[in-house]
Amino acid sequence: MLSLSKVRQTFNPGTVNEVRALRGVSLEIAAGSFVVVLGSNGSGKSTLLNAVAGTFLIDEGSIVLAGHNLTRWPEHRRAKYIGRVFQNPFSGTAPNMSILENFALASRRGHRRGLGWALHRKLRNDLRDRVRSLKMGLEDRLDNAIGSLSGGQRQALTLLMATWVKPDLLLLDEHTAALDPKSADQVMQLTAQIVAEKNLTTLMVTHSMAQAVAFGSRVLMMHQGQVFYDFAGADKRRLRIDDLLGCFDDLRRRDLLDESAAALLQEQYG
Amino acid sequence: MTTLLGALTIGLILSLLAFGVYISFRLYDVADITVDGSFTLGAAVVAVLLVKGWDPVSATLAAAIAGAVAGLVTGLLQTKCGINGLLSGILVMTALYSVNLRVMGKSNIAIPREVGFGAWAEKASHAWLGDEFSILGWAVDGRDVTMCLGSAVLVMLLGLVLYAFFRTNLGTAMRASGDNPQMVRALGVSVDFCRIFGLSLSNGLVGLSGALFCQYLAFADAQMGIGMVVTGLASVIIGEALTSSRSLGLALTGAVMGSVFFRLLVAIAMSVGNLQATDLKLVTALCLFIALALPKFAAKMKRAKPVPAA
Repeated sequence: MLSLSKVRQTFNPGTVNEVRALRGVSLEIAAGSFVVVLGSNGSGKSTLLNAVAGTFLIDEGSIVLAGHNLTRWPEHRRAKYIGRVFQNPFSGTAPNMSILENFALASRRGHRRGLGWALHRKLRNDLRDRVRSLKMGLEDRLDNAIGSLSGGQRQALTLLMATWVKPDLLLLDEHTAALDPKSADQVMQLTAQIVAEKNLTTLMVTHSMAQAVAFGSRVLMMHQGQVFYDFAGADKRRLRIDDLLGCFDDLRRRDLLDESAAALLQEQYG
Repeated sequence: MTTLLGALTIGLILSLLAFGVYISFRLYDVADITVDGSFTLGAAVVAVLLVKGWDPVSATLAAAIAGAVAGLVTGLLQTKCGINGLLSGILVMTALYSVNLRVMGKSNIAIPREVGFGAWAEKASHAWLGDEFSILGWAVDGRDVTMCLGSAVLVMLLGLVLYAFFRTNLGTAMRASGDNPQMVRALGVSVDFCRIFGLSLSNGLVGLSGALFCQYLAFADAQMGIGMVVTGLASVIIGEALTSSRSLGLALTGAVMGSVFFRLLVAIAMSVGNLQATDLKLVTALCLFIALALPKFAAKMKRAKPVPAA
């Protein structure tokens, strides 16, 4: 479904601030799999997600989604196939517009936007039913500005918006990290429910090892712009938080060696 | 009475300018100085075409299109060339100064009495109102009355069309692209396209406003656009204060109210005291300054109030 091949990205090349954020990432993600991406700060996990979303165009490599080579596509063109939820709850919704208007926008993702009315009865009814099932009491506030809602409510709505038109790929960028624990839990339950219901191919970046263990069908651990560990199938089902902590320890030890020695060792021992 | 009627008519004509400024200022958060140039451009184009013998409707439409092209250039500078919003406006405004002089061929053009909407208004007033006409016992010029009514109808129609447009799928996407560009991109809308289209629409309205203003005054002048962005901003801000709302329908209504109110304010300010026509821009700027600064001062005064002991 999604295939990345030798993706490289360097920010600020040739300056003191040079960051080699992605160092040759190759990845095959099967349709319907729910992939969780873990990694410490600066490991390149968010960069990976943004590369797929098209926030920037990658230096090298290629990105193919559902048979389309997206490598050179601008962000808004990729949105036809990709639904996204951001870390910041304010990023996913237009604050001064009503809940209904936000969904009117989301319901045209991947379609032409012409001179038809944005708001119509069918959308209102569908949305009211869907929002009622969130049990957040938002079904009577569809005409309120979305900026008046809490972060958790906005994030739940962003998730619904991103999947209103079924995307080929759902990208979740630490989408519960900015929420209080209770809201984070609610949004994560909703995520699992929607992903299962619609059988969505999902790529989720997270800091939380608990989430990585509890959700998804595959876990990738990134470090220094590369994928270091990949747990899938039975390995993923057996995975516990202690195993992940062990992986992090391994990576930290590797960091203690200087880079050339690490390269030498890797060459000799694979 | 004539002064009042004149202020009302100009206020209505300039509310089209206020619509334009509302789009660039409130939707895209940029004080677009292109307006100073495109207002004059609209006036210049309509004056030249009317003198050439075009009918007023096509000449006015051509002026609106010319304004839209100016907005298109500003939009391209902002998006495709990545030039700061304020600076792109200044660039296009400066360039337009020369363009306008080229279009007119000289620094001002008088429009003959027998062409343009002014002539239509004159004919209509003779047919409907007769030669003598008065409101509440005050004798007024029939041309002024029909011009005022015509402007009111046009502003109402365009306001409704704009309101309807901003509630379509395309219009909603355009509003959202100013509100949260990141989200709009993630939902598959080209923010660049929206911005360019929005600025074209905005300056098209401004060009139209300039064309009507020019036909009301029966002359075009290379300097007439100076400070127009300030007038537009004042109208939008006063309108928001009057309606105390940023919802779309009320904001558009507010822009019209603000524009008329502002004109009346300026007319009163000019008639009180020993002011001349050349002082108009100073009065305009002062009025906007007060409108902008007042809310902040009011808030400060409120905070400064001593808290009564419980």
